[in-house]
Amino acid sequence: MKFTLSWLKTHLDTQASLDDIVYALTDLGLEVEGISDPTAKLKSFTLAKVVHAEQHPDADRLRVCRVQTDEGEKQIVCGAPNAREGITVVLCKPGDYVPGIDTTLGIGKIRGVESHGMMASERELELSEEHDGIIELPSGEVGDRFVDWLAANRPAQVDPMIHIKITPNRPDALGVRGIARDLAARGLGTLRPLAVTPVPGTFTNPVNLRLETPACPLFAGRVIRNVTNGPSPAWLQARLRAIGLRPISTLVDITNLFTFDLNRPLHVFDAAKVQGDLVVRAAREGEELLALDGKTYALREGMVVIADDAGIESLGGIMGGETSGCTETTTDVYLEAAYFDPITTATTGRALKINSDARYRFERGIDPAFTLDGMELATRMILDLCGGEASEVQVAGAVPDTARAYRLDTDRVVSLVGMDIPADEQRATLTALGFRLEGDMAHVPSWRPDVLGEADLVEEIARVASLTKLQGTPLPRNQPGVPRPILTPLQQRERAARRMIAGLGYNECVTYSFINAADAAMFGGGQDAVRVENPISSEMTHLRPDLLPGLLRAAARNQARGFADLALFEVGPAFTGGEPGEQVLQATGLLVGASAQRDTFASRRLVDVYDAKSDAEAVLATLGAPAKVQVSRKVASWWHPGRSGVIGLGPNMLATFGEVHPRVLQAMDVKGPAVAFTIQIAAIPYPKVKTPTRAALKLSDLQAVDRDFAFVVDNRIEALTLVNAAAGADKVLIESVRVFDQFTGEKAESQMGAGKKSIALTVRLQPTDKTLTEAEIEAVSAKVVEKVAKATGGTLRA
Amino acid sequence: MNGIDTLRGAYLERIKTAADEAAVEEIRLAALGKKGEISLKMRELGKMTPEERQTTGASLNRLKDEIDAALRARKAGLADAALDARLASEWLDVTLPGRPRRMGTIHPVSQVMEELTTIFADMGFAVAEGPQVESDWFNFDALNIPPEHPARQEHDTFFMNRAEGDDRPPHVLRTHTSPVQIRAMTDQGAPIRVIAPGRVYRMDMDQTHTPMFHQVEGLAIDKNISMAHLKWVLEEFCRAFFEVPSVELRFRASHFPFTEPSAEVDIRCSWKDGQLKIGEGDDWMEILGSGMVHPKVLKAAGVDPTEWQGFAFGMGIDRIAMLKYGIPDLRAFFESDLRWLRHYGFAALDMPDLAGGLSR
Repeated sequence: MKFTLSWLKTHLDTQASLDDIVYALTDLGLEVEGISDPTAKLKSFTLAKVVHAEQHPDADRLRVCRVQTDEGEKQIVCGAPNAREGITVVLCKPGDYVPGIDTTLGIGKIRGVESHGMMASERELELSEEHDGIIELPSGEVGDRFVDWLAANRPAQVDPMIHIKITPNRPDALGVRGIARDLAARGLGTLRPLAVTPVPGTFTNPVNLRLETPACPLFAGRVIRNVTNGPSPAWLQARLRAIGLRPISTLVDITNLFTFDLNRPLHVFDAAKVQGDLVVRAAREGEELLALDGKTYALREGMVVIADDAGIESLGGIMGGETSGCTETTTDVYLEAAYFDPITTATTGRALKINSDARYRFERGIDPAFTLDGMELATRMILDLCGGEASEVQVAGAVPDTARAYRLDTDRVVSLVGMDIPADEQRATLTALGFRLEGDMAHVPSWRPDVLGEADLVEEIARVASLTKLQGTPLPRNQPGVPRPILTPLQQRERAARRMIAGLGYNECVTYSFINAADAAMFGGGQDAVRVENPISSEMTHLRPDLLPGLLRAAARNQARGFADLALFEVGPAFTGGEPGEQVLQATGLLVGASAQRDTFASRRLVDVYDAKSDAEAVLATLGAPAKVQVSRKVASWWHPGRSGVIGLGPNMLATFGEVHPRVLQAMDVKGPAVAFTIQIAAIPYPKVKTPTRAALKLSDLQAVDRDFAFVVDNRIEALTLVNAAAGADKVLIESVRVFDQFTGEKAESQMGAGKKSIALTVRLQPTDKTLTEAEIEAVSAKVVEKVAKATGGTLRA
Repeated sequence: MNGIDTLRGAYLERIKTAADEAAVEEIRLAALGKKGEISLKMRELGKMTPEERQTTGASLNRLKDEIDAALRARKAGLADAALDARLASEWLDVTLPGRPRRMGTIHPVSQVMEELTTIFADMGFAVAEGPQVESDWFNFDALNIPPEHPARQEHDTFFMNRAEGDDRPPHVLRTHTSPVQIRAMTDQGAPIRVIAPGRVYRMDMDQTHTPMFHQVEGLAIDKNISMAHLKWVLEEFCRAFFEVPSVELRFRASHFPFTEPSAEVDIRCSWKDGQLKIGEGDDWMEILGSGMVHPKVLKAAGVDPTEWQGFAFGMGIDRIAMLKYGIPDLRAFFESDLRWLRHYGFAALDMPDLAGGLSR
């Protein structure tokens, strides 16, 4: 919303400075987004008089002038042809910044003659393009400020333009008068009265009107005949131009003026082009309108139109039609003032993608009670500017009833705002804003559709009282003493996972929750339920089913920048469906390339599945997962089928680790190898009893005994099967079983037979009550061999 | 006696010139071993008269101790010399890099979320969470944004696909964290103090906008919480978060459908040479929106507005991270450029706490 200071002053009688007004506007909630103040750059210039002018001794085109200024007589060298004795000029002194030449003046010497300033042309002051000579003023005294002279003589040139942001709740501030009312309530002047004297009709309205839709509860119209439509007067054009509107013709300019001045959109039809009766009705499917913006709109059922016998003439509350629009040749005008339903207007405007000043206002809600006043005021202005005579007004429908009142609880205002605003001041504020107070009840003015409850009264009082003055008051703790922990177990886990993975050397990423359809499909997603209906790009169409695709894309981007080895991770939601709550918290780590850069230790090696497994296990341990878990090969399709596994607890899947499927890497343009792990953070069971107490530490004084075994088994027997079998040999004595070697490959097969490998275990026996005898150790060892043989068919390696 | 002095002289000389530890051992055996010269002399003491035994015995004992001490000293000296010689040969280039170790980093968004959680936890705020796919009721209606309200259009909402035949209004990707207010109040009732940090989504992508970003919502409901409390809480938060001695906030009347009165909050700051300083200067920068929770919102969440009142606020996490840590470009937050992650990221053990300060 834009307006000029002088325009504001037509509604607000005020002596307040521009700065004060601007401050108050923002503070009132009418945030000032910009000001253009033409006086800012002219403030230092004063009026002066040339008392003598003579030819420069050394230059044909220059004159040496003696100029009377507020600081005495000065010598100024001037090149303007009109620099002559007796004229009143605008003086720029040494030290002044001259905007049109982008220069700060100094005392100069021009061809040997000193010059103490300059006399400016209009172009040099950015007032116009005029540069044939210096400004000659017809009036003014030496020493007067030029801006004051302009304000008195050419106010349009010093009129500051103010641009404010209007929040959707304040349609009343979409007219200059509403803004003036707010400022008056703040105490920055008084709202000038707006006198409405109806213009009596001198003849019967020749256009018959029918109202057939509830979406337009009120429609008034009258004809004004024998008008002369042409360019509007200079003051009107200047006002519109100042806020960026193009003057068109007097009739159209008047409607625009009313829109911005009084928030009263109007429409003018060329009455001669209206055929038959005007009907305000719902549009029918298939109807069309050639609108004033030159575009043809296909209308839909239910949109509000104004039609005549020839067809649709206007889209109610949004835009008029080209066919019946007023032109310079219009002599009879049909003036419309109506009230259109906000929701219908919004729906129609959105469907047709028309943004007009009228739509913007009707959809936010204008003052329905002002409809007929607006018509009368506009009629008066048309008669004044275009001549002619007005018919009787035909009114269809009635002013919608907006009467309502809410209780003003002045104590509650103080309690909510936390500011001591006296009850009298509260009441005065509401009154100044147009509320009518009857006892405790505040009756809402018809121009405030946003006020719908007691809380809205509080807001009005608080903003006028100024929230800037609000002083903070300490909020007492909700319980005395040391604050209690506030994180849920899952929140603590999320943090622990993040810190642990970073501690393992991964860089945390935050990638978008939506990915492209192909990526989503590759990771088991991409269903319609998780599709975004209006994606911002084709790369962001589906909610991610997993964090891995985002990390793989990030890896590919980094590889393209020359970083081949990466350790990236993310902790965040993956989406299992499109309903609220169908999201799970994942922690995913991705290793790509080599474990390290080349170095003197030859520590560089390609990352493999065991890197991912080790990191996954470290994170699981941090999150409190039990040490004893199962590892299965039932992995999803984006993992390498032979080189990945699922860590589970019964049916509960805790984590997946392994090589990413080569086809996925190829599709995502990642140069492998790439291994990853995904932790299902919420799937890890919580301890049944939460206590800081640890279980008692049991230490044996007796020496533990380690015994090593090497088994020959089939190639595809899994080590964990051997470990579990061995551990089962004596659940009391055997403390741990650990794989310490593996021998596979051609050489192994040549020694042990085709399809065979060797797995070496070390079994630690921890006696509890007495040192083990050799015979006891042998007995357990034999049991280990027997159990492993039974479980795997393996034999001790010879 | 002469024999003893001769022995002493001879052995001390041999010990002094012993070339290595083996030679020292040889001398020890020759002198003090079972069949060593001194040992044999000690054995002869038995044959002497008590008087002779007394004097010779004492001398021999002294000699034995003396030789023993000399042997030990020589042995230690030789061992030192041998170690010195070995050390002199053991030279490594210590300027070579150590064994490689990957250093991970924490993303600024995560770090800042922990920072603000730490501050608000001290003021008694718990952390509430909610789904990112939201029903339009939670995202809009419950927050007093009816379907045709212009504010609803200004949200640039992402809508989820709706299957044919499913007549419910489409779900949305939450446009703000405010729906968590409703969920938290519905679950816990009042009094309540929560913050709700998390991802939010708006259909906007340009120099300063990304279609996903992070917000934190704050909510405090009790019997007599006022806007003055809100101001204090925000002042305390900003002072602690930006780690400055003091801050100054300015409340400006504004409008949000879910609060009334509503205020935009500006913070005093200065911009010098592109460097932002919070808490000083003549500029004001908008940092968040806030207000007293609208009675309709309380009602929608099952809280009686005649009994309870309180405030809510919402601010951009990415934005305050940018302001605090001088990160220039929002879009880079979600690019995962390794150089950016390393430069702006935090160490795994940089855990913010109030005792040690939020940042290092």
